[in-house]
Amino acid sequence: MIIKNKAIVADDWTVLRLQENEAAESVQVAAGKVIVPLKVWQAQRGALQQRTEIGVWLASDERPEELQGDIGKFAVIAVDFPKFSDGRGYSIAFNLRARLGYTGELRAIGDVLRDQLFYMQRVGFDAFAPRPDRKIEDALKGLNDFSEVYQTSFDPKLPLFRRVQRKGNQTESSQ
Amino acid sequence: MYRYDEYDQKIVDERVKQYSDQVRRRLSGELTEEEFMPLRLQNGLYMQIHGYMLRIAVPYGLISAQQMRMFAHIARKYDRGYGHFTTRQNIQFNWLKLQDTPAILADLASVQMHAIQTSGNCVRNITSDEFAGVAQDEVADPRPYAEILRQWSTFHPEFAFLPRKFKIAISGGREDRAAIYAHDIGLAVTKNAQGETGFRVLVGGGLGRTPIIGTEICEFVPWQHILTYVESILRVYNQYGRRDNKYKARIKILVKALGIDEFKRQVEADWADLKDGPGTLTREEVDRVASFFTDPAYETLPDHDSRLNEFKADSRSFSHWLQRNVRPHRVPGYAIVVLSLKKPGNAPGDATAEQMDFVADLADRYSFGELRITHKQNLVLADVRKKDLVSLWQEASAQELTTPNIGMLTDIISCPGAEFCTLANARSIPLAKLIAERFEDLDYQYDIGEITLNISGCVNACGQHHIGNIGITGVEKKDHDEWYQVSIGGAEGNDSSISKIIGPSFTFHQVPEVIERLIQVYLRERTEAERFIDTVRRIGHAPFKDHVYAADFDVQEEEVAGKHIVVPAQYDVPYFSPRF
Ligand code: HEM
Ligand code: SF4
Repeated sequence: MIIKNKAIVADDWTVLRLQENEAAESVQVAAGKVIVPLKVWQAQRGALQQRTEIGVWLASDERPEELQGDIGKFAVIAVDFPKFSDGRGYSIAFNLRARLGYTGELRAIGDVLRDQLFYMQRVGFDAFAPRPDRKIEDALKGLNDFSEVYQTSFDPKLPLFRRVQRKGNQTESSQ
Repeated sequence: MYRYDEYDQKIVDERVKQYSDQVRRRLSGELTEEEFMPLRLQNGLYMQIHGYMLRIAVPYGLISAQQMRMFAHIARKYDRGYGHFTTRQNIQFNWLKLQDTPAILADLASVQMHAIQTSGNCVRNITSDEFAGVAQDEVADPRPYAEILRQWSTFHPEFAFLPRKFKIAISGGREDRAAIYAHDIGLAVTKNAQGETGFRVLVGGGLGRTPIIGTEICEFVPWQHILTYVESILRVYNQYGRRDNKYKARIKILVKALGIDEFKRQVEADWADLKDGPGTLTREEVDRVASFFTDPAYETLPDHDSRLNEFKADSRSFSHWLQRNVRPHRVPGYAIVVLSLKKPGNAPGDATAEQMDFVADLADRYSFGELRITHKQNLVLADVRKKDLVSLWQEASAQELTTPNIGMLTDIISCPGAEFCTLANARSIPLAKLIAERFEDLDYQYDIGEITLNISGCVNACGQHHIGNIGITGVEKKDHDEWYQVSIGGAEGNDSSISKIIGPSFTFHQVPEVIERLIQVYLRERTEAERFIDTVRRIGHAPFKDHVYAADFDVQEEEVAGKHIVVPAQYDVPYFSPRF
């Protein structure tokens, strides 16, 4: 199960993670819906892009620009959070959406916990695979922690000061 | 000062709800301590020696009387009757219970305060000039921009898990009073040749293990673009800052590794497509926020008050106080008053609940209901009528808030050290007390003149010892004993510099004598009107070093059993530092 578009849904994608003894060039990518590591995509691009449905995932130290030109080929792009405290994935997501124009499913995988979800959706993630040892229903709640935000990111497109009419000082002299 | 509208209030209220639920999940075991830690740390809650320590944000140091009273209430109800004002213009309470913290945050929210991002690897409380809006040398008031940056950085979704903490300071005077060179980003509000407002932007300053003075990345960023420019700096840092070693994770290390030119190139490449985008500030927004920082209802007053001079002639203490603790105001007939939290014998920056209530009353009666917290751990009443100075001084003296030592040797900046902090190698507060008592004599202090003394209990440099004229750091040796390294030549402000260590470290009780010897060299060598720092810069370290190490130290180290004998009374509590 994953969270997608703010609902818990079944998921039939598998995430391929290379084992130590596997190489990007030679690993067998199973049939069906697979999210492959960037390196595997790059090494086996010719074959993989023939598939009707393929996904790719980025590690937190990989650059989204590597997918420039290929962006339209994926049904899903995932970003891995090796540890929740590794915040590079937020900038990767922002760049994928805002700079590279990716519009498909953007999924957070790895150490994904409830209290990050609100931030993640704002930088452009619309799908989340919370850590399996946690109740996914709880994680879902994390998406609604705040009903208002100050700054622009991927979502919302405008900062608060451009979205609403805020009042200045109402008193005669500011004390 | 800024007042929350419904949006600000909603965000803070929802934060209280979110945090309360996190605490509930922690207490029920749903969250492990490891998972809870980064959550509480985004909220200023540390686990310290005695229990939980909560750091509450005082945005850019500005606080209302009502908010100050709330601190007094928290001190009484949840703590042991006092709080500690920090060099980052925040306040810390040291004796809290985890289960009380949601209620404390709710209390704070009721007076438009919070503890959001006062710790953790995110953008911290924005600090600023404690004399903003009233200083005579002000180019432009930094407070509206500080508030705009506060809002922008609050729960910024992309920058909540940076490689390391991120500190921004902003100053608006010709003289920098916000230590902008010692921050990850330092901003100085300036005007260009056409008279337009903008920012000189410094990046990559910071203290800690590897002290570095910030470098200019852009001479002038027009005000409209400041948020997007800062965003690009943070994005480059978030992606490329080191995450493999937390001691090398601050932005200063990245800037050094890339070089300022390459770093700037990357920032400006990122910025190219944000510039003029929706994050660009609007005139209306700046004007809206600035409307909260307009002048209070100043009276038209003569600039001189003859009674002051009379009283000055009568009272030496008052005259000292006028000289050291009262600063010129840009409006005739008004003065800026610094209330000293550095009475020798007390822990630097500590205030009791009674003092908090008291200064809140003073603010109401003498300074339009507002106070500031300085980055030197004192308090400021920014708008006092000169004709009120005598009565203010008399009242404040009764509460021990008029020690006339601002900018002098006993105006010591100190971190909490071993009494509170699990990282400490040394007892900063007792040492500050020992030094202050040794140099309490005012005539001697006035002879020495302007000098800064900073104490940090370990390399993390919370006491900013690198930018003190004299800096003291607790260092650990293999026997787990406390040793103190002494350095000289640091400074903040426009001519910031990092201090250098004078030589092998000292024992606790040797330190005051070391300082005495440093002062002796200064008094011997100084030319007229030269401050301590000027003399150090002119003659170099060698004469100081030679004199300090020339003679043996004739001081008795305490018996181990009496080791904590100099601890101020309120800290004399059962003690279980891992180090001592
Ligand atoms: C008692 C709990 C505290 C803990 C555990 C703590 C921890 C730390 C650590 C680990 C650093 C080094 C960060 C780095 O180099 O990346 C640091 C830096 C700093 N802290 Fe604290 N601190 C505490 C209290 C304080 C207090 C009370 C103050 C103010 C009086 C303060 C002000 C600072 C400052 C100014 C720095 C240097 C900033 C810089 O490196 O640029 N801290 N702190
Ligand atoms: S300098 Fe060291 S001892 Fe002092 S508060 Fe910071 S971490 Fe603790």
